[in-house]
Amino acid sequence: MRIGILALQGAFAEHRMILEKLGAESFEIRQKRDLEQPMDGLIIPGGESTVMGKLLKELDCYDEVRSRIENGLPVFGTCAGLILLAKEAEGGKVQLGTMDIAARRNAYGRQLGSFAVTAEMKGVGEVPMVFIRAPYITAVSGTTEVLAEVEGKIVAAREGNQLVTAFHPELTADTRVHDYFLHMIAEAKA
Amino acid sequence: MGSRYELNKNLAQMLKGGVIMDVTTPEQAKIAEAAGACAVMALERIPADIRAAGGVSRMSDPKMIRGIQEAVSIPVMAKCRIGHFAEAQILQAIEIDYIDESEVLSPADDKYHIDKTKFDVPFVCGAKDLGEALRRINEGASMIRTKGEPGTGDVVQAVRHMRMMQAEIRRLQSMAEDELFDAAKELRVPYDLVQFVHDNGKLPVVNFAAGGVATPADAALMMQLGAEGVFVGSGIFKSGDPAKRAAAIVKAVTNYQDAKMLAELSTDLGEAMVGINEQEISLLMAERGK
Repeated sequence: MRIGILALQGAFAEHRMILEKLGAESFEIRQKRDLEQPMDGLIIPGGESTVMGKLLKELDCYDEVRSRIENGLPVFGTCAGLILLAKEAEGGKVQLGTMDIAARRNAYGRQLGSFAVTAEMKGVGEVPMVFIRAPYITAVSGTTEVLAEVEGKIVAAREGNQLVTAFHPELTADTRVHDYFLHMIAEAKA
Repeated sequence: MGSRYELNKNLAQMLKGGVIMDVTTPEQAKIAEAAGACAVMALERIPADIRAAGGVSRMSDPKMIRGIQEAVSIPVMAKCRIGHFAEAQILQAIEIDYIDESEVLSPADDKYHIDKTKFDVPFVCGAKDLGEALRRINEGASMIRTKGEPGTGDVVQAVRHMRMMQAEIRRLQSMAEDELFDAAKELRVPYDLVQFVHDNGKLPVVNFAAGGVATPADAALMMQLGAEGVFVGSGIFKSGDPAKRAAAIVKAVTNYQDAKMLAELSTDLGEAMVGINEQEISLLMAERGK
């Protein structure tokens, strides 16, 4: 199993380390030619969604990434990755817009509003959740399933091949959310 | 240092692979954000102008910082003087995302840095070598940057600091366990920090390059030397075409190993900031606060 990690900006190295722990191979996507490699899944990491959205277009990766997701490539977006995938982005620009969710950017305010909790995620169990200047999901539609809520706000969801979390599993020692994603890929391949 | 410190280190992790740009007005902040900055540093005067103006340089007017906070959606940082914990308290009160306890401003204390463990907002501090970096981390800094000479457009000192830090990290890595006690004494830092570097081959926090970065090539150089991201101060808004240069530096940081792309990014950028050589300046800001 080979997983591409969008490495335009942000915490992509942390995702690679978790995948390594799980025994999955990964590679970094920094420009268009990196997309020519075989890829079973894609991770869009945390960072600044404005930067990643801009670089996706300027480095000529946008169309290719978007059409692959539309064609069923399993994708996992954390924090900024969630915003990039959302069809509606309050306080930001719609970027890839492939997933039936509405996201609110910087929903918890500035850095002083960042926090960590432990909460239940459907299909995974109780997981530590780290929120850094995080967004949350204000609404889901279509076939999108809510996977986790914290204080009444949606913080994880799945729609078919697309998985998003407002929190950062890659910043904790817990590998189960990534393991869940790997199972999504295995299902898609089967 | 509890979970707040972890969250603050985490924010720095989100900034990695990005460019943090000095801005003095909401308009410049918007240009920086549009060009792909992952955060902006709000300050009244950019370092080149601080250097030219001379005199005592202080924290910026909160009104000016608030104006920038309102203008952009990315994290906003601001500088306080070394040791000036009251300025830091003010910056925390206006909910700044990161405080830079910076040698660019005139130091308020020539012996002690701020006890950053007393704050909820994160701090980034400058360091010329590993000892300085670990001392700042011990005081509560959740991000480190080199102390390259600000406002000069001369990258030589940032390079020196980054090389020094990496060399010292390699040295610690190669030491026997029982040699680490003496290394801790030598570096004037607690043993556990030295052990972390020995075991992991890196600082326990994110490490950026800062000072004198003026071109995409400078940014790529610092990234190849081990920086995890880049601060650009005077280099952008003292140049001929700030928006274009800023965007080029952002892309150079993402694709710092692709010389072909760097060649394209370096093309037709207009005039770079004029720059002053290290030997031509009388005030070495890097010597402030050790």
